[in-house]
Amino acid sequence: MTALELDKICKSFGSVEVLKDISLTVEDGEFVVFVGPSGCGKSTLLRIIAGLEDPTSGTVAIGGDMVNTVPPAKRGIAMVFQSYALYPHLSVKDNMTLGLKQEGQPKAVIEERVTKAVRMLGLGAYIARRPSDLSGGQRQRVAIGRAIVREPKLFLFDEPLSNLDAALRMNMRVEIADLHRKLGASIIYVTHDQTEAMTLADKIVVLRDGHVEQVGSPMELYNNPANQFVAGFLGSPSMNFLEKSVAGQTAGTILGIRPEHLRLTENGRIRGTITHVERLGGDTNLLVITDADEKLTVRLFGQYDKSVGEATALDFDDSHAFHFDQDRQRIYQSAA
Amino acid sequence: MSKARQSTGATIAAHAVLIVYTIIALFPVFVIVINSFKTRQAIFREPLTLPDSDSFSLIGYQTVLKQGDFFLYFQNSMIVTVGSLFFILLFGAMAAFALAEYRFRGNMLMGLYLALGIMIPIRIGTVAILEMMVQTGLVNTLWALILVYTAQGLPLAVFILSAFMKQVSDDLKNAGRIDGLSEYKIFFRLVLPLVRPAMATVAVFNMIPIWNDLWFPLILAPSEQTKTLTLGSQVFIGQFVTDWNAVLSALSLAILPVMALYVVFSRQLIRGITSGAVK
Repeated sequence: MTALELDKICKSFGSVEVLKDISLTVEDGEFVVFVGPSGCGKSTLLRIIAGLEDPTSGTVAIGGDMVNTVPPAKRGIAMVFQSYALYPHLSVKDNMTLGLKQEGQPKAVIEERVTKAVRMLGLGAYIARRPSDLSGGQRQRVAIGRAIVREPKLFLFDEPLSNLDAALRMNMRVEIADLHRKLGASIIYVTHDQTEAMTLADKIVVLRDGHVEQVGSPMELYNNPANQFVAGFLGSPSMNFLEKSVAGQTAGTILGIRPEHLRLTENGRIRGTITHVERLGGDTNLLVITDADEKLTVRLFGQYDKSVGEATALDFDDSHAFHFDQDRQRIYQSAA
Repeated sequence: MSKARQSTGATIAAHAVLIVYTIIALFPVFVIVINSFKTRQAIFREPLTLPDSDSFSLIGYQTVLKQGDFFLYFQNSMIVTVGSLFFILLFGAMAAFALAEYRFRGNMLMGLYLALGIMIPIRIGTVAILEMMVQTGLVNTLWALILVYTAQGLPLAVFILSAFMKQVSDDLKNAGRIDGLSEYKIFFRLVLPLVRPAMATVAVFNMIPIWNDLWFPLILAPSEQTKTLTLGSQVFIGQFVTDWNAVLSALSLAILPVMALYVVFSRQLIRGITSGAVK
């Protein structure tokens, strides 16, 4: 069974088209991440799935049923918001139970589900507190708990970690992945953070300017990007794009090489000068300006004694290089 | 950051200004209250002294209470004030929510039309209002006053409340929608509790002018059964003789209920004023 099926979704606000002809399926139990730069329409798409926004055209089906005219509460979804959106005047427990009470669930069921969610999220000590007495991470857990107790067919996460600090974000990321394994639920997760996308997703949907650039598993997108946008968006530091720096490069094509695939060699095809050195301990990042005046980043494993202003030569394995045409589309060819 | 703690001199100066202002503001009230406990001669001979054993007298209060209907006037004032506040807050908040939350044709225009009501005093329409009240048979009823005061208070209420309601996060309302709350429940259970300080502000702004108003009670409801306190006190002021004891006593008594209402709202009000300051 498919958890979600979007068919030719379009959305415009006035004359501005924010979503263009989006078709997607999410399989049962799949963790799908919508990723893209801000303003690409990913949150709008999520709100259309939730029923908070109506699509201009196209259909939304959740669990096999067309839900275009069904109100949010009856779609079998639960949503976790970026701002948590906890009810400030209700206790943690009341926050979690409000939706179930509205559904008219019997008391015993409510009690059981809340107990289960509280245990799963480690919220036992906070059940009677108000949201204002909780830390950011705890609030986020409550928001997730509020979604879990609904036992929805589909979870929607709208940039849930972007209000947390870096350390907490990493912990919560692991917790969300863990939760997905425990619940086996279908999840749609919106983020602009490619690390979250890569680490959490079964399937990534890369969006830009209201249309889907590419859909695939994280490693598929990383190893085999369909265009320059996807290639540059995923991976950190992001891919280098060179038009003229490589000796013997075909004119009019763009060569893409990931920073980790570049290596220092005496007779490399790329020559340049180091402009900045970042020492991270485990890795060393070099920023290089090539003799053809293009910037690139090199990621070296281990520690290197390099200094700014030093001339350097770089090379790469042709099997790691990507080629793009002037329209930013991938040229599939064996070697340059 | 270093400005956070001001010098002692500035603090003293600020407090001095505030204390002087408080004295100026409270002085007339103080004079009214002390004189209400004095004999008529003492009021005129030494208006600024406190009542002593010679000049102390409760004659004013006795006159007021003997006048009989005074409790009725109190009751009328109370009904009119509380009733008007109730409708102003209910309808004002509902209209403000609609204007703040929903995108519809004419939203902007409607907001401007209501803002117009803030600029044009309702008393300009007194004659038309009186005609309307006569035709609907509402003259000499408390409803006439409640309706007029509600109309008078709504524009400012909508204006203030819609500004506050726009600040309530969309995510919160959407979370309510996903949890299955109806739009009415979102309004009453999520939004209203969050704008409570603003509601208190609106209530206090409206309460005092309504309580003190003489104009509309005199024109729309001057009958004995519907007199408000301010209008009732006027019986002691004659063209030739004024019973000052009674007037001062009546005024002193009139302060009490409005003070009680203010205490109810003030905690919320202070929170409303400082709500922007502390995040």
